[in-house]
Amino acid sequence: MRLSTHNLACQRGDRRLFSGLQMDLYAGQLLLVQGGNGRGKTSFLRLLAGLSQPEAGEVRWNGESISRTREAYYQTMVYLAHANGVKDDLTPVENVQIHVGLRGQKRTQAEIEPVLVRMGLAACLDLPARVLSFGQRRRVALAGLLVSGAMLWILDEPLTGLDVRGVAEMETLLREHVQAGGMVVMTTHQPLRLQGVDTVPLQIGPLMQVDDLVSESASAEA
Amino acid sequence: MWRFLITVIRRDLLLAARRKGDWLTSQFFFVMVVSLFPLGIGADPEQLRRVAGGVLWVAALLASLLSLQRLYADDHRDGSLEQMLLSPQPALILALGKATAHWLIFGLPLLVIAPLLGLQFALPPDVIGTLVISLAIGTPILSLLGGVGAALTLGLRGGGTLLTLLILPLYVPALIFGAGAVDGILAGMGAEAQLSLLGAFMGLCLLLAPWVTGAALRVSVD
Repeated sequence: MRLSTHNLACQRGDRRLFSGLQMDLYAGQLLLVQGGNGRGKTSFLRLLAGLSQPEAGEVRWNGESISRTREAYYQTMVYLAHANGVKDDLTPVENVQIHVGLRGQKRTQAEIEPVLVRMGLAACLDLPARVLSFGQRRRVALAGLLVSGAMLWILDEPLTGLDVRGVAEMETLLREHVQAGGMVVMTTHQPLRLQGVDTVPLQIGPLMQVDDLVSESASAEA
Repeated sequence: MWRFLITVIRRDLLLAARRKGDWLTSQFFFVMVVSLFPLGIGADPEQLRRVAGGVLWVAALLASLLSLQRLYADDHRDGSLEQMLLSPQPALILALGKATAHWLIFGLPLLVIAPLLGLQFALPPDVIGTLVISLAIGTPILSLLGGVGAALTLGLRGGGTLLTLLILPLYVPALIFGAGAVDGILAGMGAEAQLSLLGAFMGLCLLLAPWVTGAALRVSVD
């Protein structure tokens, strides 16, 4: 199993975000995408997910372009972004059921509930997602990720809205998934403790120096 | 593929069941508009009979526009459209499923209400029968073509108005053949020719509309 990019370039409007981007990710590895705001981390993840088309180059799954191996690729991949894709009018169980149903799988309530309980949602299994907090909805989306059994996780800021315990649980989930031979591509601005996880860092855009931060905050103030 | 299609339809029906107000609006709109005509143009049965087909069909077109604005907009906003596009199945199956669900929620109830409204226009039973048949063939066209418009105007400001301008001209053949079938049977000329043309138009829409909608949806998330 290998996810790779070949000479990937991305342009948003008139701005060239990155070009000639090469990377390889194998089973049992976690790719930590780093870079400041607006440097193209989300754009990069959307390219990997096949939601947008690259300016040049291609994303490859096992050496073949994902546009040609669409079906096989989407069966192994889940993507979770800022919008959770959680329906307000449905309960967590229904949300997860639909999430896996759209992937062509079927899971019974008895299979889904333990995962939701593990995600700390035991008290709100029968409530519509409307009354859940942002962090809880995020947990519903993460439960969908677990239930789907996908091998490749593409996560855009998965820690947003999670409390301290949630972040610790997420670290455990990531560790378990990668050590079981899964693959993760993720971005985060929060520090993560990933001991024992084969982590591959990827810098998008120029490396952020402390001087940059100072000058950026100075220009923001001005 | 079937599981995906069924999940999409089931999901939209479930969401509609949780939010009855949303889709009942367009049904009530249909009833109101049609009921205003006998009040407005007087109780002369001969005159009412002559306009009945046209009035019911025009009201059905306008009512469909009300319900179409939300067809993809809610899913676009909460990120579930992205999730559905990331399914292993092609986007045209998604478009087909959404159009089917829309027809079940919008078109099918219309077929039940239409005979009752036909009575207001002093239509004889055989004409009411033709009216229902013409709507049964015609309302899927509204859902299919409407899906194209809803997908194309996704994420645009003032999308609702644009949707109206974009879709109403495309509805014209359905209106002409549908209302023509009712007029034909009233004039004693038979409705077979008009209904066949309406059926052919539906076949064409069934072939092309999901494909165009799918492409438009892909562009909208890019």
